[in-house]
Amino acid sequence: MSQKVVIIGNGIAGVTAARHIRKNSDDEILIISAETEFFFSRTALMYVYMGHMRFEDIKPYEDWFWKKNRIDLMFDYVQSIDFEQKQLDLKKGQSVSYDKLILAVGSKPNKFGWPGQDLKGVQGLYTYQDLEEVEENSKNARNAVIVGGGLIGVELAEMFISRGIAVTFLVREGRFWGNVLPKEEGELITRHIREHHVDLRLNTELDEIIDDGNGQVKEIRTKDGEVIPCQIVGLTAGVSPNVEFLRGSNLKVDRGIVVNAYMETNMPDVYAIGDCAQFDNPVDGRRPVEQVWYTGRIMGETVAQNIAGNRKAYEPGPWFNSAKFFDIEYQTYGWVLAQLQENETDFYWEHENGKIALHVVWDQTTKEFKGVNVFGIRLRHELFDNWLKNRASIEEVMANLKTANFDPEFYTHYEEAILNQFNEKSRLNISFKKRSWWRNLLTKQVG
Amino acid sequence: MKQLKTIRYTGMGIFLLGLLIFTITPFLGEIQVTDEIFKANLSENEYANLKEPLAEISKQTYNTGAGFGSDFKRVFNEVDERLKANEEWGKVMWTPSSDTALKLVMSANKGVVASNQLLFFLLTFGLCILGSLVYILTDLKIKGPPGIKNDGIYHDSATNRGWVGMLSFGWLFFFYIILYFYPYIIADTITLTQPIKSWFVEDEVPSKWFLYGLMYTVTMLVMGVRMIIKYRHNKYQIVRTITVVLFQLIFAFLLVEILPTFGLPGKDLKNAWPLDYQFLFDWNVQDLLANGQFGKFVFVWGISLSVIVVPVMVYFYGKRWYCSWVCGCGGLAETLGDPYRQLSSKKMWSWKLERWMIHSVLVFAVLMTVFVGYHTWNVFQNPEMENKEILFGFSAYDIRNYYSFLIGSIFAGVIGTGFYPILGNRAWCRFGCPLAAYMGIVQRFKSRFRITTNGGQCISCGNCSTYCEQGIDVRAYAQKGQNIVRASCVGCGVCSAVCPRGVLKLENGPEDGRFGNEGPIVLGNQGFELKDN
Ligand SMILES: Cc1cc2nc3c(=O)[nH]c(=O)nc-3n(C[C@H](O)[C@H](O)[C@H](O)COP(=O)(O)OP(=O)(O)OC[C@H]3O[C@@H](n4cnc5c(N)ncnc54)[C@H](O)[C@@H]3O)c2cc1C
Ligand code: SF4
Ligand code: SF4
Repeated sequence: MSQKVVIIGNGIAGVTAARHIRKNSDDEILIISAETEFFFSRTALMYVYMGHMRFEDIKPYEDWFWKKNRIDLMFDYVQSIDFEQKQLDLKKGQSVSYDKLILAVGSKPNKFGWPGQDLKGVQGLYTYQDLEEVEENSKNARNAVIVGGGLIGVELAEMFISRGIAVTFLVREGRFWGNVLPKEEGELITRHIREHHVDLRLNTELDEIIDDGNGQVKEIRTKDGEVIPCQIVGLTAGVSPNVEFLRGSNLKVDRGIVVNAYMETNMPDVYAIGDCAQFDNPVDGRRPVEQVWYTGRIMGETVAQNIAGNRKAYEPGPWFNSAKFFDIEYQTYGWVLAQLQENETDFYWEHENGKIALHVVWDQTTKEFKGVNVFGIRLRHELFDNWLKNRASIEEVMANLKTANFDPEFYTHYEEAILNQFNEKSRLNISFKKRSWWRNLLTKQVG
Repeated sequence: MKQLKTIRYTGMGIFLLGLLIFTITPFLGEIQVTDEIFKANLSENEYANLKEPLAEISKQTYNTGAGFGSDFKRVFNEVDERLKANEEWGKVMWTPSSDTALKLVMSANKGVVASNQLLFFLLTFGLCILGSLVYILTDLKIKGPPGIKNDGIYHDSATNRGWVGMLSFGWLFFFYIILYFYPYIIADTITLTQPIKSWFVEDEVPSKWFLYGLMYTVTMLVMGVRMIIKYRHNKYQIVRTITVVLFQLIFAFLLVEILPTFGLPGKDLKNAWPLDYQFLFDWNVQDLLANGQFGKFVFVWGISLSVIVVPVMVYFYGKRWYCSWVCGCGGLAETLGDPYRQLSSKKMWSWKLERWMIHSVLVFAVLMTVFVGYHTWNVFQNPEMENKEILFGFSAYDIRNYYSFLIGSIFAGVIGTGFYPILGNRAWCRFGCPLAAYMGIVQRFKSRFRITTNGGQCISCGNCSTYCEQGIDVRAYAQKGQNIVRASCVGCGVCSAVCPRGVLKLENGPEDGRFGNEGPIVLGNQGFELKDN
């Protein structure tokens, strides 16, 4: 039985769903998107602006891929959906019917109703159109103000700095990315951002964006009354599900489109995945709306199984993520929250250069390893995934730090230093498992 | 900052001035080839043939090697044609007229360059080295703290196939054509390396290969400094760059110059067949075997290098041990070529083309070697035999000449390096090198080397694929959680360096599980497991 599956949104979630549906079935697959004709990697927009890559380089698949895999593409905007008739109403006037519908419509940058937020020169960074706009806005800009201290904010700062545009970065909290990073890490990143000559202002809030009289931004004013001249304002105070066009229908929408663990919405044959989905019952400790790349991918993998009749729940393994702040890479496995949770204890190590750090958290009583944040060192996902799934102890993790290292060959290793300090502080006495060189040569290194 | 930029542009200016002087040296000659010079430099037969017809030329003074050379070659070829037409085979001249023309210009040149060799050496090599080092060193401050600094690469016309790139291409292209086929044009340029040549052998006239070797080595040294500064946060790159530059400096340059001063054959000991396609040529084997113990050692070493060392090392470390740690072609690609690495095509069609081409060259190299080996064998074992070079009706000489021209000169030189600014820095290594093809087969099917993908961390950004000089679509594997096991990977490590999420690691390990994730589901999804069938 071949059915027609229509996917709205050609981001990572929608595209992963399409690929896996194709693997499982002969269904007719149609992806509709209004942003770009072909899938591109949103996470790499900054590199196009900075000249590391061309736009075509951030398309993960060549253009022939879609036809070859019989995935139809339509470049149009879905204005409304008739869930009873299973019909989509498109902007260019066409209507499209579906047997199964997947909503993978992503997010939108938050705007908090600041006066002047729609002036020319004021923008977010999310879409391909935003990339074109920031290119345009940069032409005559010397100063930029960025509002909101998350990951996209730092990326935008790095972008402007790469073009010699001076950046003032307003962060409402007392430290950078304060709702996610513990204090030490926040400070480390703050120092590094400043090292790149970004004027980072903590505890500073935007009050108003001011017009130059021609509808173009001229300056901003902070809540403290300070006026900062600028030609660009980057709004990067988080993103929210892009669901406005779905409100008012019978589809249940809260912050995002409400789904169960099988990615099913309250409408029959309608699913939602990726940034726009909101779980009615989030899995262990995760947020109801997950706005990262790999969760979009896993939701896509999951929904494809369900559409193929292979009923599977969304069950991501242990949390992980990564990012890069200018030159400093960051990885995290498990949970290292901004504040220690009940009964948790931690250990933080920082290299004297202030750019390399490792932060582990574990349970005081059970010694169960909870999570790690690491800066300037790479760690093996597979190993941590195993440890977290098997509730490994902090001792096991620390004793195997060397094996967990994923830095390129010849890199300086800090495990000895880390472990020494760890033993001192935690009054544990852990030593590395010895491995003779010939065993390294002959046996599996991983696991 | 402003000051630094001034220094930077001054460096650029100094470099360009040096390059300009270098480029005009061929026009600064004063060449009068007298009858005595003809007599001293031509073989008896050639002199007898050419004495009369050259009388006119010997009276003239030329300003350029090109002027003299074209007149000389015209006369030379006319005479030769006539001799061939008259079937006076005893008198026909076989040495290529271009080489002879070069020799003559070298002995007759009295121009400003020839009389001020050291000065011109400093004005060309000296200024270029100084200027580029100044330019490069400012990167330390201008580009900010250590880290990946690829800003503006696609905005810069030098590195995005823009006009500067096209100019660089044009310069390199003509340089190679002249070097290989019209060397007499740059006799003055060759002359200015005399002061350096004299360090090794007093007063020995440098050959065009000395000029080329010197340029090659100096370029690698200077651009090696740039590479180390660019990747100063990355020890793999630092160690690798130092190693590959030292191999060039010591094995390909110094030893080749120094060994002959001890009466030993000046061989590049790291150059392995089939990249060293001349290994079994009769003159090479004769040269080696006539040179006592050392020569014999070099001969045996050459064979064991290709037959034992290369595959064993590829088994343990991947072909990177050679391609990006030892090899001269690879070394130039990794230093001079680094700014162009993003230009290699990542398209599926180019991968298909690559597999066809490189394996065809390997087959060609093997066949050519069979013919040449047969010929050399006969030279030693059947000295009485007639037509030693003929096998299955083909002449080993013809085949090796075709190979030398098509693969040795056009592909490895003109296309391999000349096209850096267009095809990226490894066009030769990727599409043409028979040694790379050989090692690639071992690497793909029997090796401990792989690039491990770090679980589900890939965000499909594309940096790795973009900066892979071998045109491997690294992302295609990484985003599926698969390891990268590809015949063409030279292990430069740049994909791993530019990855902003710490996804890639070059490593050697057990062959078990070498390909990484087998299923379509990427690590991070715990809900179910699927296997790709
Ligand atoms: C600059 C930036 C950097 C990021 N970096 C990272 C990172 O490093 N790591 C990480 O994990 N995550 C990162 N993210 C977040 C990550 O990119 C998102 O979580 C992910 O792209 C969401 O994918 P999605 O498929 O759910 O939605 P989207 O990628 O947003 O795709 C939705 C698509 O649907 C289209 N669409 C919406 N409505 C309609 C309609 N009515 N009709 C037609 N088409 C429609 C949209 O135009 C869009 O193309 C980053 C995001 C940004 C913006
Ligand atoms: S895959 Fe990576 S290591 Fe291999 S050649 Fe390409 S960039 Fe270099
Ligand atoms: S550079 Fe890293 S994150 Fe980007 S596509 Fe390659 S492996 Fe993935």
